[in-house]
Amino acid sequence: MNEISYLLFLSVLAVTFIASAAYLVFFFSQNKKVRRAARMILVVSGIFQTLYIVSRYMLVGHTPITSQHEAVIFFAWSTTWAYLSFRWRYSVKNFGTLVSILILSLLLISSISSRELTPLVPALQSWWLPVHASVSLIAYGFLSLAFCGGIMYLLQERELKSKRFGYFFSRFPSLDALDQLISHCLTAGFVFLTLGIVTGSIWARQAWGTYWHWDPKETWSLITWFIYLVQIHQRHTVGWRGKRGAVMAIMGFAAVIFTLWGVTYLLGGVHSYAG
Amino acid sequence: MQGEKILLLGVNHKATPVEIREKIALSDGYEAPLAALKKIPGCRECYLISTCNRVELVVVADGQALVESDIVTFLFGGSLSEQESSQYLYMYYNADAVHHLFMVAASLDSMVVGESQILGQLKEAYRYAAKFGATGPLLNKLLHKSFSVAKRIRTETGIGSSAVSISYAAVQLAGKIFGSLKGKKVLLVGAGEMAELAAEHLVGQGVDSVVVANRTLARAVDLAKRFNGSAVSMDELGHQLELVDIIISSTGATDLILVKQDVKAVMRKRRNKPLFFIDIAVPRDLDPKLIEIDNVYLYDIDDLSSVVEINKSERDKEAISASRIVDEEALKFQRWYQGRAITPTIRELREKIDTISSIELDRTLARLPNVNGPDKKILEKMMKSITSRILHDPLTYLKSESCSGRDDSDVKVDVVRSLFRLDSSSNEK
Repeated sequence: MNEISYLLFLSVLAVTFIASAAYLVFFFSQNKKVRRAARMILVVSGIFQTLYIVSRYMLVGHTPITSQHEAVIFFAWSTTWAYLSFRWRYSVKNFGTLVSILILSLLLISSISSRELTPLVPALQSWWLPVHASVSLIAYGFLSLAFCGGIMYLLQERELKSKRFGYFFSRFPSLDALDQLISHCLTAGFVFLTLGIVTGSIWARQAWGTYWHWDPKETWSLITWFIYLVQIHQRHTVGWRGKRGAVMAIMGFAAVIFTLWGVTYLLGGVHSYAG
Repeated sequence: MQGEKILLLGVNHKATPVEIREKIALSDGYEAPLAALKKIPGCRECYLISTCNRVELVVVADGQALVESDIVTFLFGGSLSEQESSQYLYMYYNADAVHHLFMVAASLDSMVVGESQILGQLKEAYRYAAKFGATGPLLNKLLHKSFSVAKRIRTETGIGSSAVSISYAAVQLAGKIFGSLKGKKVLLVGAGEMAELAAEHLVGQGVDSVVVANRTLARAVDLAKRFNGSAVSMDELGHQLELVDIIISSTGATDLILVKQDVKAVMRKRRNKPLFFIDIAVPRDLDPKLIEIDNVYLYDIDDLSSVVEINKSERDKEAISASRIVDEEALKFQRWYQGRAITPTIRELREKIDTISSIELDRTLARLPNVNGPDKKILEKMMKSITSRILHDPLTYLKSESCSGRDDSDVKVDVVRSLFRLDSSSNEK
């Protein structure tokens, strides 16, 4: 079983690599056939990722989301499916290129961390684990799409403002499409993030007796949550859209990444064993 | 030619940045500049066109007159040094001037090759010059010819249909900013032809409504009617900016009509919804600093032209066959022009010989007191036949068609004129 799982992981890496390469070819050639192929390959990658997670589940006997490796895989998986299930992939030109590269980098990061199977501490053996962890990571998936949208927005905005209509001008979507993408992904991501924090605190009440520990990961999740709260609020009240919206989406994602890795490596805390 | 020269000089979007063109754009009609041009010593006929992309004038001047420096001073009003102006200004003489004028009329020299507005603008400029009595026989012929050349090119090549205009560039940019143009509002400030065309394109792409602001409200109302839009006065501009998405500005105002502060205040009220400004006026209507505001996009005509560059290869093919027609027509005109020069040469040659013979005849008769009556008639007759026999060969030479089909009448005219010293004799008189 372990070997099958490992083979699945290797094929995930290979298929995703091919998908990214195909998307890059499409980006440069703008050949529609290549895009269709790239999209199909990415779907295959998504399926392999799912199978790999299932194989890990069968190996460890609980939702495989507790080690660094597993969490990042799950992150990549949620980004993939957030992208594939999203209607924006049709209207936002060349979005797939950036997203597939992000997914590939996540998978590569997961491949360098230990694939060791870690048994679960009894305190954490609860059905809140899959709910809390997966909801949080699905939120990260959407927020990473908003991040990609933000990057593309800034690049396209720079081309338009500098009046030099270079490489990205024709290949990138309209600013409006990107802004809407950011807005929708932020909203979806924020809803899941809120659910993740709520379920986490309910689970904490069950496992440790208190709703909130002020453990570093909790604190940083809250900070991230506030960053997103502020920007969504500002977007709908005073119109933090466009460039500022894009910058905020990127900053929010930086907070997400710090919560995911920075906290574990720099600050420790009760979540640290959970990657 | 000998007695006169055709001189064309001007600035256009290719050689001259918009900042320099602004300094010479003549916003107060054609009459004053034409009057000033006519006053330049040596200037026989003149004509002037000023559009947002070019200022060009054609002058027919005396062959020896040095009108160039006077014209340059007139154009720039002393605001540029001589070195600077020679860097931006182009000057063509005679055949080259004709060729350039045809290129302009055929829209081959336009920012957007093949756009049809330039012909209308040329005709209007000509109408002014003709009404004002600035043009003469040569320019009348030349300009009428340029119109027919443009027409010929339009019918014989696909340059008009494949023309991608400035307004197309505007639509492309709007697409990159707004995605879909459905539900967007356009504000036209000033009612220029170019703005009208751009608005037409945008409406064709699904723009929701058009608002027209103009100094004279009547014109705004007329234009608004065409687009089923509404007209507003210029004072309402600030309020309108809160409601619209795309602004096309083309007023003849000499100052900026919107500065950074105005728009910055509006953006807050718009909750940062993007604003897309197109400034096709020269001198510019809009503060170039607007681009520094987030979610504000501002383009002037030079910027739009770089968008059009993106897909111009197709038009280039048509442009090549159009250039061939221009070459051909310019050559034809040149032939006519040179042919025109033969007639005065023949006349002058005859006059000279006749004068010499009658002077000599008078002198001889004075020394022969006995000759009178029928004898005098015989002598006069002999003199006439000598002169006409002498003249016969040079005149045949002048009038002859050259066998190779190449027109070299200017060479012939030159030979005859220098052989008989026609130019110097006319000067001595």
